[in-house]
Amino acid sequence: MDAITGLMNGFSVALQPQNLFWAFVGTFMGTAIGVLPGIGPALTIALLLPVTVYIEPTAAFIMFAGILYGAMYGGSTTSILLNTPGESGAMMTALEGNKMARQGRGAAALCTAAIGSFVAGTIGTLGITFLAPPIAELAFIFKPQDYFALMLLAFLSVSVVMGTSKVRGFIALFLGLSLGVVGIDKQTGLQRLTFGVPDLMDGVEMTVVLVSLFAIGETLYVASRFGFQKPNLNPLAGGIWMTKEDWKRSWKPWLRGTLFGFPIGALPAGGAEIPTFLSYTVERSLTKHPEEFGHGAIEGVAGPEAANNAAAAGILVPLLTLGLPTSATAAILLAAFQNYGLQPGPLLFINSADLVWGLIASLYVGNLMLLVLNLPLAGLWVRLLFIPRPYLYAGILIFSLVGIWGVSNSWVDLAMMAGVGVLGYTMRVYDFPIAPVLIGLILGPMAEVQMRRALAVGQGDPMVFVSTPLSAVLVAVSALILIVPALLQWRRTRKIDMPDETAGV
Amino acid sequence: MIKAVFAAALAFSLSAAAPALADPAVVMAPGGAGGGYDAMARLPFEAMSKEGIFTDGATFTNKGGAGGTIGLAEFIGANRGNDNAVMSMGVILVGGILLNSSPVTLDDVTPLVRLTNDTGVVAVATDSPIKTVDDLVNAMKENLGAVSIGGGSAGGVDHIVMALIAKESGLEPARLNYIPYDSGAEAVTALGGGAVSVAVSGVSEFKPMADAGRIRIIAVTSEGRVEGIDAPSLKEAGLNVVVGNWRGIVGAPDMSAEGRTMWLDRFAKMHDSAAWKDILVKQGWEDAYLAGDDFVAFLNDEKTRIGEILKEAGLTK
Repeated sequence: MDAITGLMNGFSVALQPQNLFWAFVGTFMGTAIGVLPGIGPALTIALLLPVTVYIEPTAAFIMFAGILYGAMYGGSTTSILLNTPGESGAMMTALEGNKMARQGRGAAALCTAAIGSFVAGTIGTLGITFLAPPIAELAFIFKPQDYFALMLLAFLSVSVVMGTSKVRGFIALFLGLSLGVVGIDKQTGLQRLTFGVPDLMDGVEMTVVLVSLFAIGETLYVASRFGFQKPNLNPLAGGIWMTKEDWKRSWKPWLRGTLFGFPIGALPAGGAEIPTFLSYTVERSLTKHPEEFGHGAIEGVAGPEAANNAAAAGILVPLLTLGLPTSATAAILLAAFQNYGLQPGPLLFINSADLVWGLIASLYVGNLMLLVLNLPLAGLWVRLLFIPRPYLYAGILIFSLVGIWGVSNSWVDLAMMAGVGVLGYTMRVYDFPIAPVLIGLILGPMAEVQMRRALAVGQGDPMVFVSTPLSAVLVAVSALILIVPALLQWRRTRKIDMPDETAGV
Repeated sequence: MIKAVFAAALAFSLSAAAPALADPAVVMAPGGAGGGYDAMARLPFEAMSKEGIFTDGATFTNKGGAGGTIGLAEFIGANRGNDNAVMSMGVILVGGILLNSSPVTLDDVTPLVRLTNDTGVVAVATDSPIKTVDDLVNAMKENLGAVSIGGGSAGGVDHIVMALIAKESGLEPARLNYIPYDSGAEAVTALGGGAVSVAVSGVSEFKPMADAGRIRIIAVTSEGRVEGIDAPSLKEAGLNVVVGNWRGIVGAPDMSAEGRTMWLDRFAKMHDSAAWKDILVKQGWEDAYLAGDDFVAFLNDEKTRIGEILKEAGLTK
């Protein structure tokens, strides 16, 4: 088979010492930027574009691929240990992962995240090797109504399972939705909720809200409770490795997360966030340990971490096969290809086979490298929690502020960080879930654009939302998610003939 | 030549108005990474650095949205009087300012050069019943709303092309079913997958997909035909519509005369360099170099022309 010979040639390229070196540089940098709040792979590769003048294309792309994968690995570390995700794709990991860390099982959470990332990255890379052309076709199959239905599904499923109180969950979600409408409406150019502040015209930067709600809110909360809390529990109480039980509970979520991440990552309007939402929801509903969710369930770490890494592999599919950049990172990679006078697309596999297969082979190598880099480090990273908390959280505060300032150089963003940070603190004090705010902020604007596109194409006919098989199925599933739990509860209450207080999960 | 540049740089470093010698340029691209404004911001600096014309490096900011006015506002707000700050821009920004009633305009910045032009193309899906410009006009006449049109931001150059086609065909441009997309990649997948019936974008964005047999180009928006594309210009097809998506560079508001001369000098050198010619070929850009006062005059004409088009087309009041 062509792909196999190509891949073998690719390995002979990727395993050359200098290319191994570039893969190491890329994965190391990727891990570092994943850990740092605010700085993502797109920005890093953009900053490194000028090096394309000096190093040969294969080496550059091997390094860039390492950055892309590494960022997804690194994002999980701070999510789990410090409850401060550096990237939006790592947000769901924080929910269960940080609870695990607080029980002294941080190392196990880091391990399942690292191995899950490796499994998903490897399966995703296998997907690029053998399935790229058909997966890339998804980009053409998805119509606005399909995107809208997918986002509706992500929305409903994640809101239904979030938090301990529906009312609090929905309040948080609507906070996020209202933050999401701020800015100039791209379809009409009208300003919404900008109050004449030019910095708000571009909308509320998602990273600002992410970092403020988690990092600043967490820091304030820890500071305010510091005097009352028991001294630190030994962060290594749960050992530095996964138990047999952990393995048993992790492998299925890894595979399911990959199944969500890879195809959705390949969609032009997919991204890494939606698959992590869906994966978290699915793990939460399939688990045999529902009581652990919200208190540190390993499935809730394994699934989303696999999903975000598979999504990172997914974005390379339309780029390599069709020359279509479907995300900011892919767009920068395309610019890098053009710097070398290469046009990604079907012809790239023929004209520059060495480069493409070298890149694909280096994805396997980079993945393995990340695993080797991260597994032994898991035990080391956890020791971060031995740092006395005043120093640790002062450090987090500084890194967050520098990260946000470095990205936008905007005073408005810093002021917003303070405001949203206080909001995050208040939400913690009154037991509001944090994640729905970000889900609303991420999905709201995406869903709005797709809904309006679908309605424009359908000339205002609402039936357009179920006009394709895919959208009809997704809308039906969304409706079931909304109706079935309510129906079950209604039947239960009728049988028992008294209100069931505990069912409102 | 290197000596001359060095001497010039030294002279500037001695004069109080000039930026510090090793200051990297502050460059704004009022569009997302990987897009046209992004390339127009980065590639000239790549060429200048390769040729040793300007080697202090540059920090790039991408700020897209609302036809580029968000980036423009930020550029103007942050860089007044900064001789080291430039921004990529183009015809879409000229329209975007009018459409978004932007509080800041191009009167606030210092025009420097026009560098390139990208001809537009009108395309349909390969299996579309629309095969020619006549078919398109007839379909629009039959039911204007049923012809959904994908393209760049609302009121951008793609939108203007369709508005002019409608106007030339005696239809009301304000009633076009125009659906803005964030990127050419999104628009081309929407068209190839049949989500929209027709799409407008630049040659460089649509030609690879047309060559791959995914979409069919039915017209180009230049005066005459474009080499390598088997489609007439709109003018040949009987519609008096010629629109070019030109791009260039402007300097910071209140840039000093020395600063302006310095940049014009750099761009003039860059335009003659081999590195820039190489980039033009690689990117498939048409050279449309126009500098200094000529560019200012052109920009003023363009502002009037586009203002009229948009008003006639019912896109602005």
